[in-house]
Amino acid sequence: MIRYLLTKILEALIAVWGVLTIVFFVTRIIGDPAALLLPLGASAEQIDALNAQLGLDRPLIEQYITYIGQVFQGDFGQSFQFGRPAMQVVLERMPATLELSTAAIILGTLIGAVAGSIAALKKGTMAELIVMIFALLGQATPVFWLGIMLILFFAVDLGWVPTGGYGTISHLILPAVTLAVFVCSSIARLLRSNLLDVLKEDYVRTARAKGLMPRTIFIWHVGRNALIPVVTMIGIITGELLGGSVVTETVFAWPGVGRLIIQAIEAKDFPVIQAGVALIAFIFVLINLAIDLLYGLLDPRIRERR
Amino acid sequence: MKPFFSALFRSKAGLFGWIILIVFVAVAIAAPWLGLPNPIRGSLTARLAPPTWTGLFSPGPHPFGTDQLGRDILSRIVFGSRTTLLIACGAVVLGGIVGVTLGIIAGYFRGFVDSLLMRLVDIQLALPLMLLALLVVAAVGPSTTNLVIVLALTSWIRYARIVRGQVLAVREREFVLSAKAIGASTARIMFSHILPNILTPALVVATLELARVIIMDAALSFIGLGVQPPAPSWGRMLADGRTYISGAWWIVTFPGLAIVLTVLSVNLVGDWLRDYFDPRQRSVR
Repeated sequence: MIRYLLTKILEALIAVWGVLTIVFFVTRIIGDPAALLLPLGASAEQIDALNAQLGLDRPLIEQYITYIGQVFQGDFGQSFQFGRPAMQVVLERMPATLELSTAAIILGTLIGAVAGSIAALKKGTMAELIVMIFALLGQATPVFWLGIMLILFFAVDLGWVPTGGYGTISHLILPAVTLAVFVCSSIARLLRSNLLDVLKEDYVRTARAKGLMPRTIFIWHVGRNALIPVVTMIGIITGELLGGSVVTETVFAWPGVGRLIIQAIEAKDFPVIQAGVALIAFIFVLINLAIDLLYGLLDPRIRERR
Repeated sequence: MKPFFSALFRSKAGLFGWIILIVFVAVAIAAPWLGLPNPIRGSLTARLAPPTWTGLFSPGPHPFGTDQLGRDILSRIVFGSRTTLLIACGAVVLGGIVGVTLGIIAGYFRGFVDSLLMRLVDIQLALPLMLLALLVVAAVGPSTTNLVIVLALTSWIRYARIVRGQVLAVREREFVLSAKAIGASTARIMFSHILPNILTPALVVATLELARVIIMDAALSFIGLGVQPPAPSWGRMLADGRTYISGAWWIVTFPGLAIVLTVLSVNLVGDWLRDYFDPRQRSVR
């Protein structure tokens, strides 16, 4: 188990380093920050001077090493727009993003788990058909469009909730429900097919033959085994939610990191883009690490395979 | 393997998916000859006109209404589908070629090349795909070619992983071993003996990727990093329509329905293809 743990942590570190490298080289292509920082018509000498000041005149590899060094101290440079450390700007927006993602994942997982179990246990009934149709539609619907439609219906027409913004529970409802639809569709489909597979296993037949109560069998024999892949799925979904936050937060005017990144791209505020992307990737890697470890705990076969 | 059509008619969902998909593709290809209004130039006198239906079977001049510049929504959806399908198919094919090639190389040679490639996949998976796409498009600019490349970049990993796994199994089979024994070149073994055996799973990945790429393309153009105006694109139509949401529901409704129907049909076709090629594996997603 220790070996499994160390391998996973090492892999996570390599992934974070890789992401930082990608972010560094991609943002170096985006453009010349000096030309953007200085007013139009700045002379070539002024640009060179600022480049020297920002360290942009040094060889790329040297810049890269300095960058990695600074990044590990959480230093992404000053935001061009706000004149404050970029990481500080990003961290201030993080709670909003985490609040929304957490609400969506909890809500979506609960609904998805119930719907998926119903679909598997009532196989061949109308209930299964309805769950599966909703899940298929939920997976095919882009989150941002569903968000717009819900705003149109519940905020514009009915006026039950605000069209966007942040602060109270009523602001959270629409965005959380929108994302939860996406989460629960994936979970319901995956859980249903896992349950159907597990229900056919010999140990379930044995448990039935022993005369155990159906509820006991479902919780202890079927549920535990069918849930393992769902845990992995939650990790993948978290990544999609965090990455997709750039779009959802725009739809609901939600003041999180995603919307900040979009604003930073429009303003060509590279330090904020870098810090935002790096932080999201870091959180995603941490969540996946946690899930891998949980997975190892839940399923002895996994940690022994390595 | 069951005959194609009898398998198709036995699955309602698969049949539905195929029909919708074929209709959409046919309409996209035939768009210039359908007599639709100009999707780029509208008439300002007809701006924000609601859908014109006088009866269930008699659509008026603007069946889905017009937008803030008086452009016909239906026409923009149809012409937008050309861009979307072109970009999405381009990305899936390009991503497929790269992913399948690298997957074969990794699976066939194993060892160092394999670990290197799989590490690369892990690193890329650590960065949510949407952020990667966003970052790269912001860097290189949102031209059609760039969008195809960026979306392919988010796509190759899925092929590479699946193909590598398949190749690991295929490379030990007799026909590969005998090809090696008679001295066939490595390239010949990889491309004439192994490739045909992994095309089926690659095709299934391609359909599922197509659905994902269509949504991602729409999302990118929604946040302004897609095909640039005035060219019609579904995501952009949604973004523009948001301003007029309280008065003109049709601008944001119909392009979204087009995305949902396209993605749904592609997903259904993908699920059906998987069952068709491998009846043991039920839809797992």
